[in-house]
Amino acid sequence: MNQKRKIRVLVAKPGLDGHERGAHVVAYGLRDAGFEVIYTGLRQTTEQIVNAAIQEDVDVIGLSILSGAHVSLTRKVMDELKNQKAGDIMVIVGGIVPDEDIMELKEMGVREVFTAGTPISAISGFIESAIPAD
Amino acid sequence: MKNSWDKLIQGVRKKDIRAMARLITRVENREDGWKTAMTEIYPLTGKARVFGITGSPGAGKSTLTSEIAKELADRGHTVGIIAVDPSSPFSGGALLGDRLRMQQIFTVKEIYIRSMATRGMLGGLCQAARDVIRIMDAFGKDVILIETVGVGQDEIEIVKTADRVMVVCIPGMGDGIQAIKAGVMEIADLYVINKADKPGADEVEADIQAMLSLSSDVEGDVPPVLQTSALKKQGIQQLVSALLENPSDTQKQKVKEEIRIREEILSLMEREVFRQVRSVWENDGSLQDSVSQVMQKTSDPYTIVKQMLLNHKNR
Repeated sequence: MNQKRKIRVLVAKPGLDGHERGAHVVAYGLRDAGFEVIYTGLRQTTEQIVNAAIQEDVDVIGLSILSGAHVSLTRKVMDELKNQKAGDIMVIVGGIVPDEDIMELKEMGVREVFTAGTPISAISGFIESAIPAD
Repeated sequence: MKNSWDKLIQGVRKKDIRAMARLITRVENREDGWKTAMTEIYPLTGKARVFGITGSPGAGKSTLTSEIAKELADRGHTVGIIAVDPSSPFSGGALLGDRLRMQQIFTVKEIYIRSMATRGMLGGLCQAARDVIRIMDAFGKDVILIETVGVGQDEIEIVKTADRVMVVCIPGMGDGIQAIKAGVMEIADLYVINKADKPGADEVEADIQAMLSLSSDVEGDVPPVLQTSALKKQGIQQLVSALLENPSDTQKQKVKEEIRIREEILSLMEREVFRQVRSVWENDGSLQDSVSQVMQKTSDPYTIVKQMLLNHKNR
């Protein structure tokens, strides 16, 4: 009687921006889509995010960034993940991200970027298709 | 398959955090082979002390857990935390937010935090929690804290797997006893009045003391009552010292252990028997036939169960 595998997602806000509403909406939305969502709150350091992701064995890290510093903050997280041999954990980014930065984020290894106005179903659908359902 | 279980167990022995995290996931998901894996983990366990932390929502359990863990780490302990939050009965999803109050200890090397959803497992959560405790124990965590909201039968069952249970109360909730009646009182080995910097803490303490004096359990240890403010970091050292104190009544501990082991065997057996019986009934079509019979009103659920059990025995 194998249970259907639960997908675990970490929703984190790196850096100093205090705009939390978007992260809340995404966290609730993903819960309602059947995921187990671990929410760690505001102003997380890179190390805090990566440690939490490893300890919780999440399938996905969702970074919510509205400060404009998405490129440098995301790079730090990606580097720290590799540093801790956890580069296999999928990272997605949400927030206010100009088109020209999306390519740069994807080149770093970010799997997808969701900008303002994205419906939750697009995010949950993406995660479900990207995570193997063994 | 077997190989990768072995690899994870080896990783746990070598104190690899990713291996422990992954092993917990796979055991929690009840992937094929989990019982064999736990059989191999079991001999590595038995060293950790397990403390349960429960109380009403908003009592400050997560903040308190975080402070207790920090104090334990300062004293040289290595700590595992299991933070349980409910799954949604509708979507099956969960929002696990206990970490919000534990940010300060995310990067403390000696502390491992694992959020766990109840997953609507009807008592099965208890076993999953026991398994996670054992994996942390095998990894070498010497104190394990398990935190749950003390509002349901399941939650109370979970903290019963702990060696000692603290019930967290706060001032300003009616006559204080309201929040902690019905079942939760009986399991407390220790009472904590958190947010004691707020008015009314002494009244709550008086209420609890009065209630304890009425308790029928006059022998044995009387649970201590302590006041803390997790946010202001007051009373934490005294609380940790009280937690670590060995209970004087070893006979009572022995009885508790016996009850725990009996309950675990029974609950594992219950699930296993049910799983086997159900898979037989599903595979040979007898379950579907029975449903049809009841729908056509040629039988009723009570008769069906009686007959199916009889057939099962004669098989």
